[in-house]
Amino acid sequence: MSNPVNIKFSDASLALIQNIMSRYPEGKQKSALIPVLHIAQADFDGWLSPQTMDLVASVLKIQSVEVYEVASFYSMFHLAPVGNCVFDVCRTSSCWSRGADNIIAHIGKRLGIKPGETTSDGMFTLKAVECLGSCGTAPMLQCGASFHENLTPEKVDALIDSYRAAGTRRSYTDMDYKNTL
Amino acid sequence: MGKKLLIHNDKVPGIHTLEVYRQHGGYASVEKALKTMSPEAIVEEVKKSGLRGRGGAGFPTGMKWSFLAKPEGVARYLVCNADESEPGTFKDRYLMEKIPHALVEGMITSSFALGAKTSYIYIRGEYFYVARILEAAIAEAYAAGFLGKNILGTGYDLDLYVQVGAGAYICGEETALLESLEGKRGNPRIKPPFPAIAGLYGCPTVVNNVETIAAVVPIINMGGEEYAKIGIGRSTGTKLISASGHINKPGVYEIELGLPVEEFIYSDEYCGGIWKNKKMKACIPGGSSVPILPTELLLKTAAGEPRLMSYESLSDGGFATGSMLGSGGFIVFDEDTNIAENLYTFTRFYHHESCGQCSPCREGTGWMEKIAHRIVHGHGKASDIDLLWDIQKRIEGNTICPLGDAAAWPVASAIRHFRAEFEAMIPKTELAH
Ligand SMILES: Cc1cc2nc3c(=O)[nH]c(=O)nc-3n(C[C@H](O)[C@H](O)[C@H](O)COP(=O)(O)O)c2cc1C
Ligand code: SF4
Ligand code: FES
Repeated sequence: MSNPVNIKFSDASLALIQNIMSRYPEGKQKSALIPVLHIAQADFDGWLSPQTMDLVASVLKIQSVEVYEVASFYSMFHLAPVGNCVFDVCRTSSCWSRGADNIIAHIGKRLGIKPGETTSDGMFTLKAVECLGSCGTAPMLQCGASFHENLTPEKVDALIDSYRAAGTRRSYTDMDYKNTL
Repeated sequence: MGKKLLIHNDKVPGIHTLEVYRQHGGYASVEKALKTMSPEAIVEEVKKSGLRGRGGAGFPTGMKWSFLAKPEGVARYLVCNADESEPGTFKDRYLMEKIPHALVEGMITSSFALGAKTSYIYIRGEYFYVARILEAAIAEAYAAGFLGKNILGTGYDLDLYVQVGAGAYICGEETALLESLEGKRGNPRIKPPFPAIAGLYGCPTVVNNVETIAAVVPIINMGGEEYAKIGIGRSTGTKLISASGHINKPGVYEIELGLPVEEFIYSDEYCGGIWKNKKMKACIPGGSSVPILPTELLLKTAAGEPRLMSYESLSDGGFATGSMLGSGGFIVFDEDTNIAENLYTFTRFYHHESCGQCSPCREGTGWMEKIAHRIVHGHGKASDIDLLWDIQKRIEGNTICPLGDAAAWPVASAIRHFRAEFEAMIPKTELAH
């Protein structure tokens, strides 16, 4: 799977990128790289293809290799296609202590996938991740910008149903977020 | 009820807006500091307050500020560390989400004290929605004249930006954070030079935790001496504690430092006791990196003194019988918890989060995960417990950044205090050898 040739940022995204680049001193525009990669991932199918990363490099006037190097370091950047909804389920101590393993197993069973896999309809990806700063509302998962907390198998089922019904891609940069804190 | 200075207004409807925040005394510290105090006088107040960094290390904030180099014609930066990725820690998120202006206000006063004209809040990428909340608060502060050019007519200019990360615990380490903010991989730098001399873009930089910056607000409002009267000994002021695990009321609590640990766990004002009427087995009082303690040593020091929520009391006895206040990530485990399994989640965490620059950390965390994995899955060898001990010893103190130590300490303390539990997981056939 690859993006169409000659991909471009939308005018709105370009304006946002220009704004971000203006936040750093002259000559330090590489600082915008991580924020811009977030925009790029959200704009181009939820992952960073080599082509998308080349586009980011050209906008920031840096080498493509500088972009690959950074994109591969951070766990929120996907270097291969993912489902519309990526479930980042926390598995670290506090969540583990309140049943995270059961939640991961439940989602896996409902969707017929293991952590790291995507459903065949391209709707869901399941990831087991490290502490998301929601330990007091464990167990929890993040999907796009939203945190879903104090999870039970029933809540997970409802969540899967509602995301499936909506059918849309969820991105970390989404403006509509839900959090139950 | 202990004193609250940081999140006392967290339940006020609309407190995230500038209007309501101001109705409750918000931005008074900016008015006072910028209009009536010199930068040096602000640093002096922070010194007098005894405030210690709330990010984990507890370094005196006033002293850190006074180390900032001030060469002519070179920009200086204040960078707020909102990376908050230490397992068990979620207090900064709570503060920023509920009362974003408390951080913005602290950033303005602190930036003025340090002579910074541009400041950044580096927030972990997973907290994207919190970044939106902060950006809305910052926009309000610009519109009200608290940010931008000539703030409150004082001639002081400040721009404040939120920068998101993208998922990497190591970016909470201050030099890795600066690398990340420069658009690079989060590889910690070799120190010296310290950020106070050469930090962001090679310029003198102060990096402070969210809670540290927010505490500057009450310090300026009440004066450093008054602040220092709160708390106990060298643990002055209040501290946000993130309480999680097997307790009845997980959440973020602001405590006066010096509160007895027992009261914190069992009082209804705080954790409300252990869930399901169970007994407590163990606790990690300061985030995943600090030593785990069995209940007896958590509630009382080896000398039999009641243990208090303070830097000194929690570390009383050193690593043999004590722990650390750390980031205040307080994780409680009930009597049914398998300590080895919990440790396995940490070994996996540190292996995943090692940046890989130094071989003792990169290789050692990998080995510790592998060995812990086989122990908890019933394939452990009789020699594995000593092997784990040996590996953690080789990491500790031999790495560029403190992540190596942070990975080693949980392993060491779990074996030190719960060795029998690990032994019980080794197959009997193995032990016969
Ligand atoms: C691996 C590692 C992770 C860290 N993560 C954080 C963090 O998420 N937030 C934080 O404030 N400090 C963190 N620190 C501590 C910072 O390096 C630094 O000491 C702190 O931000 C200084 O601020 P303070 O003096 O206000 O505490 C971390 C340190 C290490 C070694
Ligand atoms: S100790 Fe670990 S995380 Fe720190 S610099 Fe070395 S390899 Fe990287
Ligand atoms: S341990 Fe799961 S959010 Fe912190």
